[in-house]
Amino acid sequence: MIFEYIGLERINGSLVVIDNVENAGFDELVEIRLDDGSVRHGRIIRIDGKLATIQVFEGTSGISGVNTRTRLTGKPLELCLSPDITGRVFDGLGRPIDGKGFSAASCSRDINGSAINPVRRVYPRNFIETGISSIDGLATLIRGQKLPIFSGSGMKHNELAVQIVRQASIAESEDFAIVFAAMGVKNDVADYFRRSFEEAGVMNKVVMFLNLSNDPIIERIITPRCALTAAEYLAFELQMNILVILTDITSYAEALREFSSSKGEIPGRKGFPGYLYSDLASIYERAGIIEGCKGSVTQIPILTMPNDDITHPIADLTGYITEGQIVLDRALDSTGVYPPVSILPSLSRLMKDGVGEGYTRDDHSAVANQLFSCYARVLEARSLASVIGEDELSPDDKLLMEFGRAFEQQFINQGAEERRTVTETLDLGWRLLSVLPCRMLERVSDAMLDEHYTGKG
Amino acid sequence: MSTEYTVFSINGPVVTVRGKTDLKMLELVRVGRRQLSGEVIGIGADSATIQVYEDTSGMKPGEPVVSTGGPMSAVLGPGIMKNIYDGIQNPLLAVAEQAGNFITRGIKSFPLDENALWDVEILVKPGDRLKGGDCYARCPETPVVMHKILLHPLLAGEVADCKPSGRYRVNDTIATLKDSAGRLHELTLCHTWPIKKARPVNRRLPLTRPLITGQRIVDTLYPVAKGGAAVVPGGFGTGKTVTQHQLAKWCDADIIIYVGCGERGNEMTQALREFAEITDPRTGSPLTNRTVLIANTSNMPVAAREASIYTGITIAEYYRDMGYHTALFADSTSRWAEALREISGRLEEMPAEEGFPAYLPSRLSEFYERAGLFELLTGETGSVTAIGAVSPQGSDFSEPVTQNTKRFTRCFWALDKNLAYARHFPAINWTDSYSEYLSDLSAWYDENVGADFVTMRNRMYAILLDEKELMDIVKLIGADVLPDEQRLIIETARVIRIGFLQQDATNPMDTSVPLIKQLGMMRCMITLYDTCADLIKNKVPLSKITATGLFDKTASLKQKIPNDKPEMFDDFLSEIRNTLRPLAQTPGEVPK
Repeated sequence: MIFEYIGLERINGSLVVIDNVENAGFDELVEIRLDDGSVRHGRIIRIDGKLATIQVFEGTSGISGVNTRTRLTGKPLELCLSPDITGRVFDGLGRPIDGKGFSAASCSRDINGSAINPVRRVYPRNFIETGISSIDGLATLIRGQKLPIFSGSGMKHNELAVQIVRQASIAESEDFAIVFAAMGVKNDVADYFRRSFEEAGVMNKVVMFLNLSNDPIIERIITPRCALTAAEYLAFELQMNILVILTDITSYAEALREFSSSKGEIPGRKGFPGYLYSDLASIYERAGIIEGCKGSVTQIPILTMPNDDITHPIADLTGYITEGQIVLDRALDSTGVYPPVSILPSLSRLMKDGVGEGYTRDDHSAVANQLFSCYARVLEARSLASVIGEDELSPDDKLLMEFGRAFEQQFINQGAEERRTVTETLDLGWRLLSVLPCRMLERVSDAMLDEHYTGKG
Repeated sequence: MSTEYTVFSINGPVVTVRGKTDLKMLELVRVGRRQLSGEVIGIGADSATIQVYEDTSGMKPGEPVVSTGGPMSAVLGPGIMKNIYDGIQNPLLAVAEQAGNFITRGIKSFPLDENALWDVEILVKPGDRLKGGDCYARCPETPVVMHKILLHPLLAGEVADCKPSGRYRVNDTIATLKDSAGRLHELTLCHTWPIKKARPVNRRLPLTRPLITGQRIVDTLYPVAKGGAAVVPGGFGTGKTVTQHQLAKWCDADIIIYVGCGERGNEMTQALREFAEITDPRTGSPLTNRTVLIANTSNMPVAAREASIYTGITIAEYYRDMGYHTALFADSTSRWAEALREISGRLEEMPAEEGFPAYLPSRLSEFYERAGLFELLTGETGSVTAIGAVSPQGSDFSEPVTQNTKRFTRCFWALDKNLAYARHFPAINWTDSYSEYLSDLSAWYDENVGADFVTMRNRMYAILLDEKELMDIVKLIGADVLPDEQRLIIETARVIRIGFLQQDATNPMDTSVPLIKQLGMMRCMITLYDTCADLIKNKVPLSKITATGLFDKTASLKQKIPNDKPEMFDDFLSEIRNTLRPLAQTPGEVPK
């Protein structure tokens, strides 16, 4: 049964209120037909008896209070899906915008998804080789992981994401696809991704959901959910390995803030709603592997930290939900190091169980720990050198300075087209560590030193 | 009593009912066509407010609300152990069997396996008088947990009738009790208890025994007592969850309850897998045999997240009442506080600090006060130790949840981002952390580990504090210009940091270390320091001492001496003395 109502009680920002509604369901999708015949969509976010509050995705400009017709659809917002969605481009609400029209949908799914039962999750352990030393060696990406890139405006996060997509070794397998969701990014950034996917020859394996910076803000709240619904469908029903790239989470969170304040909610930190954590979790937690399914959903969300501040609520809450983070560093970026991965705060929580014997190489975690620990000491030596001058440092500290420079220039730094295997990365790590005397390497065992250490002892 | 009302308004998880109702505060209700679980959290003149523990999408005004007459309760009986529940005690394995890989709304499953047969030994006979909390039967729940079946704490009376020992299901009646009013109560293997109410005990006892965890920095520097409360605050990536997992795996509590409250799904899977793989050193069987997991991951409904902490502590108290020492790990209480904030926001309550409701401190204290060592109703003793993780926003310990939790716990293990960046784990900062239990527990350490344990601990702590002060100078001018006495402090502190405080959770020998080995390590480090200090007083240069390699050797004791061979420390102590003695006989040149 379809109900239609004429006229609106109130319009406030992106919200409209209708009165005397019968049978409205919470979270139900509605269609709003304007005077001029155009149709907008919205969803019911609050019901008080016969008053229903509707969030209009496309914004309320041009909506009048009298002649508007509102129709309840009786179902939540759903995304139409079919096996041939790969290679297609959709808008932020999941409608095709590549001119090919709707394909015959084989099914539709509620975009909110459901939580994966923790007892049915499979703990992710399979290493994805990205060919990038700083990631493979020190913060490995695991299939089924959610590993965000924390960046800042003007840094090369897009290039890094593209390089990961191009080089990730899962990319060569048949059952692989990429879901790309743009939230509030500029047109040329979306274009860059599209061009890069085309150049890499994977465009027919990409599903794009585009909500660009000049598209309606409220749509932005729906975009990642559409993308993840598509990803879950491809992964858990069609058994494919999916890499999801979500950019930019900061725009998403700001859209959420705008929406929250128009509802008159009590703000938490920096004006963001108190439920920002739960809301972000409902996106990030839709990654993983399920028992009995061959497919997987791996997420690489990108977020630009406002003012490069890692304690900003968006970055902070993301870090609490995701399984590690890759942090880009402006100081490294300005010295021309690419990718400018800030080593110390970057980490992968799933690394400890996905590397080592049987996965990568037995000495992997020891080398990684040793590099971390030495690089932490390099930074201490540098801050001392900035006070007393490098010449006055102790011999050990001087060696550390030398190691630090080589590490940044040779290990972190690599070409955008350069692809190193994990063995090459680890060997490179040993070569750099060999600058230091054995006694400074307390995180590796004697047996490993015998096998790999080439320094003077 | 099941009166029906209808839904009037819906705002996320908050639903209101119009009109005068006889709903009671904190009563459990079934909301809507799908019979979602909810709890009454507010009653007005002509309305009642309900928080719903499940997603309310698709709910419409006019749908029924059915009262159940009782508050939100946990079902307590055999079958809890080894289980994994969501925040409102739905058994997740049973839910997965009914609904598949995803959690579907409205699925209800009895928390205990109703078909399992337990080998029950009946311990009463007709005519016996029972009071609340008395044990009337028992059954082996897992190979390592004997489950005592307890009378509901608020019941008392005379056993009118009982069945013989044998195999029974949880809901089978095994005895009948006649109370003082002459009413008959059927006793089964389980009973229910409201989760927000502490189970009664006779009295609180002073805390005298430590919870031994095998983690050196915890056991030695900042111990927590059995029955105490501790908090682990730390920003993301500082290893809160690994620390909690390590404590849960190796602590010497009889029963472990691990609540994953608003955390990652994969982490719960990891805990499930790891706890099943670990052979428990106390019992020789998998750790899961004495563990209960409560998993309310961050994308599961927020109201159930609020309930998960209470469900956990109620189960902990139930096992405590059997005379066990239980430990509850809550990861993370910040997510629980955020759930309070979210519900409070929907109720349009006046916020206090950072949007948190004004009742945050009182809720936190209510929770942590349920920890303690108690004389039970039966006269036995049992304890609940509560260890809560806190995830402060932006690693800022001045935020309300950390600050308020600090007030109600007496042990504070501050995780430090810089230590984590240098991959020093556990990243517990040794100068910011504290334990107020230290003085209560000294007597126990004297008696059970060694009379010098506390002295050694204090000496070691003093060296670390001295190092911290010296490091402020070193950062400015470098270590080379310091006199040898001070460089000795820095050198010894390095040995303590690397050799003692750092502990490798992935190394089979280092992951958990007995107290006697911890003492042996401390003795070696302090002896090394004292002997060297004497040499330096006699003008032997430090460079000559470090050339012996003793410092590096001492730092690697954790790998060199097996956990079960503490006698090897005596050999090493003689090695220290023998190596350093020749240096004293040939004094070095007088420093300029």
